[in-house]
Amino acid sequence: MTLTNRSTLTRRELLARSLAAGATFAVGTGFVAARDAAWALEVTHLKPETMATLIQMARDIYPHDRIADEFYAAAVKGHDTAETAPTIEAGIASLDAAARGKGFTSYLGTGWERDRVDILRGMEAGEFFQTIRGGLVTGLYNQKAVWPLFGYEGESFSHGGYIARGFDDINWI
Amino acid sequence: MPAPYDLNDDTVVVIIGTGAGGGVLANELAQKGVSVVALEAGGRYVPDDYINDEWDSFGQLAWVDPRTTSGDWRVAKDFSGLPAWIVKAVGGTSIHWAGASLRFQDHEFKALTTYGQVPGANLLDWPIDLKEMEPWYDLAETKLGVTRTGDRAGLPGNNNFKVLEAGARKLGYEKVHTGRMAINSAEYDGRHQCMQTGFCFQGCKWGAKWSSAYTDIPRGEATGLLEVRDHCHALKIDHDAGGRATGVTYVDKAGNQVTQKARIVCVAGNSIESPRLLLNSASDMFPQGLANSSGQVGRNYMRHVTGSVYGIFDKPVRMWRGTTMAGIVQDEAHHDPARGFVGGYELETLSLGIPFMAAFLDPGGWGREFTTALDSYENMAGLWIVGEDMPQETNRITLNHAVKDRFGQPVPDVHFTDHPNDVAMRNHAYQQGKAIYEAMGATRTLPTPPYPSTHNLGTNRMSDDPRLGVVNRWGRTHDVENLYISDGSQFTTGAAENPTLTIVALAIRQADHIAGEIAKGAL
Repeated sequence: MTLTNRSTLTRRELLARSLAAGATFAVGTGFVAARDAAWALEVTHLKPETMATLIQMARDIYPHDRIADEFYAAAVKGHDTAETAPTIEAGIASLDAAARGKGFTSYLGTGWERDRVDILRGMEAGEFFQTIRGGLVTGLYNQKAVWPLFGYEGESFSHGGYIARGFDDINWI
Repeated sequence: MPAPYDLNDDTVVVIIGTGAGGGVLANELAQKGVSVVALEAGGRYVPDDYINDEWDSFGQLAWVDPRTTSGDWRVAKDFSGLPAWIVKAVGGTSIHWAGASLRFQDHEFKALTTYGQVPGANLLDWPIDLKEMEPWYDLAETKLGVTRTGDRAGLPGNNNFKVLEAGARKLGYEKVHTGRMAINSAEYDGRHQCMQTGFCFQGCKWGAKWSSAYTDIPRGEATGLLEVRDHCHALKIDHDAGGRATGVTYVDKAGNQVTQKARIVCVAGNSIESPRLLLNSASDMFPQGLANSSGQVGRNYMRHVTGSVYGIFDKPVRMWRGTTMAGIVQDEAHHDPARGFVGGYELETLSLGIPFMAAFLDPGGWGREFTTALDSYENMAGLWIVGEDMPQETNRITLNHAVKDRFGQPVPDVHFTDHPNDVAMRNHAYQQGKAIYEAMGATRTLPTPPYPSTHNLGTNRMSDDPRLGVVNRWGRTHDVENLYISDGSQFTTGAAENPTLTIVALAIRQADHIAGEIAKGAL
């Protein structure tokens, strides 16, 4: 993904240019970042607030507590295109409307996962939810960088397979 | 006359498809001195080209031409454009198959006699039986190098097998082993031994698993009598005023529509494309489609009773390491109606990588019920159910005239709904799979619904009675004397076993028959 190189945008500069979006994200003109500036994502077609909401929505759909936000950001980055932006903006607007309908300021303004999941349950049959969820199946889980977090080892041919690397090393049978 | 052949050469046998059926038939005929043109819709790859990556490999090999689905099966909802996970390449689905090579049981050739009339099922006995097939199975096992047959040793058990084996034995199961696999436990027939790499479904980069792609196809070509034309998509089978097949019209690699003349045509495009081709070959003489006077072309679509069970443990398993399907429990493969269903099922080890596990564990699922299962991926063991499903006339391949492919032809619609017997069998198998893993201390077990079909069967069924079946005991169509079906679509019923060994055995047998007919001057 096109994460901004942290050396070109210092933490101080980034936070100086941003506003908090929910508990975990900072948004500024053309970017979404972690509140601690550990990563930043440039957006060109979506509003930064929309991208921040989308990243949170991605985590709420497939929550893995040991997987950092930047992988979720990478998983939804592909929605930031001229072609898809209107649909995504409309979808996130409906998500925020649903959150307001439950007394929150916005989806990111909810505070707790259970409240957001409650909102998502109300729209899971809809096309927008399914587009985002379906995209995550490959967008999140087909990132080679997340595989080690599940213990999955990926390609093995170049290592000579597992014949000498533990194909039968189970020790608790 | 040696290959390559002229389009107007009407002495050649044209085979459509180069997988376990067509690829073997092509080589066997060439070895017997018969001139063969094999048309393959997909491209050509060697083991070096195969990719140890689930989605990248899928993009390389899978048949993703447009198809539609209907019926109650969950695949129609979750994977509406992908009813089957099969291959479009020289070598066909023999590149993707897991290698499990089991003979049918004798009673499975006599499904109607053994099970009796089952309401809603279109059961029929095969016109052949195990005794007739035994010598052909012998030849098939030797060709494929099947472990635990002949003097070939079994494969060593991997972690996933060890969990299955120990759990199964705790339940009292006895027929538990690392399978009869067309995967070399030692170097055989010029092919490497299995290196326990995993990725069996993505094409074996060692060539340790048999595939027609790098065995029968090149050997057939080496005779000088087999010409394989890749990227050639068959559109229709042509016939003359006497009702004999005269050739195959196809779109070639350059995109031109051409016709290859033929003395005999053999169709081996798997159980969705083969009936589709016959239906798309309808003419004034054969308005219902070619070879369809029985009305059975496309009907009785079977896909095996399948499903998976994954067990999660408090300690690591790492099921993806090693041969994917080298592990089997056969104690439920017999027929015992006291279980609440007819026919039987096998339980076989299975694993998916993280990318496919995410796609197939619970399609459409989300939230922590879903993600906590994946969080325990390293501690998972998995098995696959393969059971006999009931042939039903209404489960069928039809032409969907509302959707056209890039050649302007109607795409196949794949309609499937479980028979109550299928549901009862699957539920029984889910419970037994769950019990196996719970016996080993599983902290959680998960039933996974059937994946897009890998075993596609029955849509040009075999019967001696031309009113009941499309082909006779040789796979020869009742209506067109020089037209043969050479893939799993000729299966009368599905049996509980993975179908490839039987497809190969039937292809070897059919080659012997066709060469004999040619020698007699009968074809």
